[in-house]
Amino acid sequence: MRMENDDLKPGKVVLELTVANHPGVMSHVCGLFARRAFNVEGILCMPTGDGDESRIWLLVLDDSRLPQMVAQLEKLEDVRSVGRHGADRPVFERLQAFFE
Amino acid sequence: MQLTGAELLVQLLEQQGITTVAGIPGGPILPFYHALAASKRIRHVLARHEQGGGFIAQGMARVSGRAAVCLASSGPGATNLLTAVADAKLDSIPLVCITAQVPSAMIGTDAFQEVDTYGISIPVTKHNWLVRDVRDLLEIIPAAFRIAESGRPGPVWVDIPKDVLTAGIEIAQLPLPSMRTPAPQVDDEQLARAAALINAARTPVLYLGGGVIAGDAAGAATAFAEQAGLPTTMTLMGLGAMPVDHPLSLGMLGMHGARYTNYALAEADLLIVLGARFDDRAIGKAAEFCPDAAVIHIDIDAAELGKIRRPDVAIQGDVATVLACLAPRVQANPRARWLERIRELKQQHPLALPGSEDVRSHYGLIRAVAGLLDEGAIIATDVGQHQMWVAQAYPFRRARQLLTSGGLGTMGFGLPAAIGAALAEPGRTVVCFSGDGSLKMNIQELDTAVEEGVNIKVVLMNNQSLGLVHQQQDLFYGQRIFAADYRRPTDFVRIAEGFGMQVFDLDAAADPRACLAQAMATRGPCLIHCSIDVNQKVFPMVPPGAANTEMIGG
Ligand SMILES: Cc1ncc(C[n+]2csc(CCOP(=O)(O)OP(=O)(O)O)c2C)c(N)n1
Repeated sequence: MRMENDDLKPGKVVLELTVANHPGVMSHVCGLFARRAFNVEGILCMPTGDGDESRIWLLVLDDSRLPQMVAQLEKLEDVRSVGRHGADRPVFERLQAFFE
Repeated sequence: MQLTGAELLVQLLEQQGITTVAGIPGGPILPFYHALAASKRIRHVLARHEQGGGFIAQGMARVSGRAAVCLASSGPGATNLLTAVADAKLDSIPLVCITAQVPSAMIGTDAFQEVDTYGISIPVTKHNWLVRDVRDLLEIIPAAFRIAESGRPGPVWVDIPKDVLTAGIEIAQLPLPSMRTPAPQVDDEQLARAAALINAARTPVLYLGGGVIAGDAAGAATAFAEQAGLPTTMTLMGLGAMPVDHPLSLGMLGMHGARYTNYALAEADLLIVLGARFDDRAIGKAAEFCPDAAVIHIDIDAAELGKIRRPDVAIQGDVATVLACLAPRVQANPRARWLERIRELKQQHPLALPGSEDVRSHYGLIRAVAGLLDEGAIIATDVGQHQMWVAQAYPFRRARQLLTSGGLGTMGFGLPAAIGAALAEPGRTVVCFSGDGSLKMNIQELDTAVEEGVNIKVVLMNNQSLGLVHQQQDLFYGQRIFAADYRRPTDFVRIAEGFGMQVFDLDAAADPRACLAQAMATRGPCLIHCSIDVNQKVFPMVPPGAANTEMIGG
């Protein structure tokens, strides 16, 4: 996994995952991408609200296998929802400063 | 009531309806074994290798459709279990694996027999847990069964540190046992579109996978085929969903399917795919599979829809429910012309089973065994040529009749799976067709079979070779047979006898047919040994990478 510090180019997608907050959930999510040979360009994870859930932001390439990846993510027990955003959610651009 | 974590776990398993578990103890799991020893409802079957225990549980799950439980201790116990769990994942078999872990305080210190069981089980399970607090068992154990059995079934894994097993807990009452999550609602619009496609099709084929068996929809699928006049093919995992001697049955498709089956599929204008996943062994070169066919894909797992082949109509749902909704919208249709064409293909390109009359040949032995049994028998296989010959030649007539490692193709599956099947269905005869290579992979379970007195008949088709490898090298690697043949014969008769198992050696029998009949009629475990010709091939065959219509041989 590699954090890209260039701008969100067309062809990239931001996935917003709401997940159960426990120590294994990152392994489940990252393992899924690694296992299916789908690169994650960027990843960000923080607990939300009362700490029962976490939000994971993933920066991924929008290739033809992405719908299959999303379908597989939705099957993970700890993943409560998967949202998909384009350039309207500049999550990773706003972090630019930390990667210079 | 005041309980230890181990006692709570026993009670949670009991109320989930578990009556048999398979496993091997070791240090960290001993508190649980101590509690299990006091259970009046759960019988423990001591496997001889954890992989054997995992496959025994699979055997129970495959014949019952209910989640079965296997147990292992930490470290090597857990890693030994892994193959059986990966196998369950690929074939969608509900398992609940319970392993013990080193005490919580020692996790992460490279303690004796510590492995990251949680980490290594992620890619081979539907879900997994490392239990951090004894109270969590109240939620996790019912959830484990619910997840294993709901939707697309699969294995789950619960790793429990030793101190969680010994911790005390005070509870007023047990939580309720879990129920399966209801299947999703069927989309009405997709149903209408599917019905329209079926009603307009001229040369449709119904394609049944393991999901039809897992979803208890075999009868509904057969009735649907009869109503709509649909020739029906099955994957390896789907065999038994429609009786092979049914007039609409096309048998198994794919790599070792009959020529007529693959040719019929190539002429299809519509494929109705139920609980199948377009596996490469079934469809060959994906781009050339049924090129002219529209596809209706029905599966409980949304991620299968469109994974390999883009369907024209995709319906996520329980197969039986979808069929019940679809059937009233589909016109009865005898489809005389298409069925006539199928008859013609069957006549022109039949499945050849050479040597069927010779009980000491591969097909002949399988047919002779079938001739001695009724459809109540359960047939397990190992992996290799013998597996494919059984798939081709055994007349499967019932769902859950065939137990075979389809997705992972694990040698060593057959014997322990047969033991598990016999434990779950003690009234039936269970036959395990095996090869000498496969049998050696879990041969220690002969001991378990004898100890438990299970009614299994291990039919060893001994070609003194890893036959399927031999075949590949013979056909595709310039006949350079390397690391495939065993240089010296193994005395399986003495090995089995060493485990205290009765042996019927067809090689030595004056009347092998009578010897086989006697073996089948004898209750309890036995080995039936028969040498077969190493040069026999599984034909027809779709060569690796080729389209299904480019078969060789047969
Ligand atoms: C655990 C495992 N290792 C290796 C293989 C690869 N493999 C597939 S079939 C086969 C040979 C099987 O030999 P045997 O059980 O004697 O059956 P036969 O083909 O001779 O009928 C091998 C090595 C496998 N499927 N599983």
